[in-house]
Amino acid sequence: MAAYDSAAGKISVRNVNLYYGNFQALRNISLEIPTCAITAIIGPSGCGKSSFIRLLNRMNDIINGARVEGSILLDGINIYDKSVDVVDLRKRVGMVFQKPNPFPMSVFDNIAFGPRQHGRHNRMELQEIVEKSLRQAALWDEVKDKLGQSALALSGGQQQRLCIARVLAVEPEVILMDEPCSALDPLATLKIEDLMRNLAKQYTIVIVTHNMQQAARVSDMAAFFMMEQDRAGVLVEYGPTSELFTNPKDKRTEDYITGRFG
Amino acid sequence: MPRISPRATQRIAMACVWGGGVITVLILVVVIGYVLVQGIPGLSLDFLLTPPKGGLAGGGGISTVIVSTLYLVGLTTVIVVPIGLGAAIYLAEYAPDNRITRLIRYGVEILAGVPSIVFGLFGFALFVTVLHFNFSILSGALTLACLLLPTMIRTSEEAIKAVPYAHREAALALGATRWQVISKVLLRTALPGIVTAIILCVGRAIEETACLYVTMGGCAAMPRSFLSCGRTLSLHIYYLAMDTRDFAGAMTTGAVLIMTILVINGITNWLSARFQRKMKGAT
Repeated sequence: MAAYDSAAGKISVRNVNLYYGNFQALRNISLEIPTCAITAIIGPSGCGKSSFIRLLNRMNDIINGARVEGSILLDGINIYDKSVDVVDLRKRVGMVFQKPNPFPMSVFDNIAFGPRQHGRHNRMELQEIVEKSLRQAALWDEVKDKLGQSALALSGGQQQRLCIARVLAVEPEVILMDEPCSALDPLATLKIEDLMRNLAKQYTIVIVTHNMQQAARVSDMAAFFMMEQDRAGVLVEYGPTSELFTNPKDKRTEDYITGRFG
Repeated sequence: MPRISPRATQRIAMACVWGGGVITVLILVVVIGYVLVQGIPGLSLDFLLTPPKGGLAGGGGISTVIVSTLYLVGLTTVIVVPIGLGAAIYLAEYAPDNRITRLIRYGVEILAGVPSIVFGLFGFALFVTVLHFNFSILSGALTLACLLLPTMIRTSEEAIKAVPYAHREAALALGATRWQVISKVLLRTALPGIVTAIILCVGRAIEETACLYVTMGGCAAMPRSFLSCGRTLSLHIYYLAMDTRDFAGAMTTGAVLIMTILVINGITNWLSARFQRKMKGAT
């Protein structure tokens, strides 16, 4: 294993290949994800963006026949190493999904779910965690009087912020967001984007997005993925968002961001 | 042959459809109504609280029968629920999709279609004879458990499978272990469906006659333990109707049975409606 390079980012992806059975979904991906910044993954549908982000907390593990080659280092330790406990990994690397997916429980129980599973049962302590997480997710003022109500009664945008608060309650270091705004209206989307900018001060955020304006608005770094002829996803270009959008080095990136395909 | 006009076809079709509906409702009303009308006049607190008299004349009440029924239903539930729920969790969450799993599912389906009296014969051979539980509530409950397991397994498996995949993903991504996902998210969300399964089993246990006829002994005495013989409400109706002249007593017992079943069905419907709402809200 390569020695930990302090200049490397929070997450260092090295020569990763992902297969689903015989099908190769990602080919030879290498990139450094910087700490406390927002990295956006963009690209056309089916190019492996979601597959890629799911590698970072090993959510692909639950898919039958998924196989990973190469290494992904989180603070220098390969998360695919046999000694790594996947439950611990997911505590450190949280995930927000495309569709808001609160549990059919109260707002309070939703936020307290993670801490409870990790052995925290003190009511006072949980109350503190819930309030702190909801404040961080800019949802506290809207739900503080309905903590006991079902989370399903909230609006879509509120549900998604609840899901973010639920992740924050576990105190992760990295937050993965898989198209977190695709099911939301523009106003709710703006709120989530503001929230992401705030969170990026403390957390390393990786977001998959279909929406290039969104990537341009919120991200510090951007990675452009594309599908090759055999349908495997490859990383075409990776760099600071400002550069990638104004001065792309690769012709294919330029074609994509100027809207010539995808 | 002259063609029938579309309008006439329409009339005939409507008549058939309506006729089917009306006949079904009529049968229901007549059967339940008849039993209730015949049975309710004989119903009194005294009837519920005195033991049956026995003998050719019949008569007496149904107190010991009610106690036997409660013993049997309680014991059966205690046996069926943990085994059935365990199998349901295994089939819904752990079983790989291979030939063995398909065989298990197929077996469960076949088992659900086996006539009750065949289970009775099996129970008689194994529990009554080989294991020496004799004619007893225990033998009856074990036999009944075999009969009800398919219902318990299938209904709770469906309830667990109906929990949206997104909930499993969300819980796993929060660092929950697989068992935490099952116990804290899946079972909790599927709880109304599982309760429905349990109540369905309780209802079937109360209704069942044939497999208990050959395993429970059918004595009318007050059961002292699970190893005592006994008779349930349905069995009591059978004995009253076939072995005594107390047809009125059979009707009254029938009325009690029907009312119990109606209450249980009501609870089941209410719970499944709640379950449906919960599931819809979750998507």
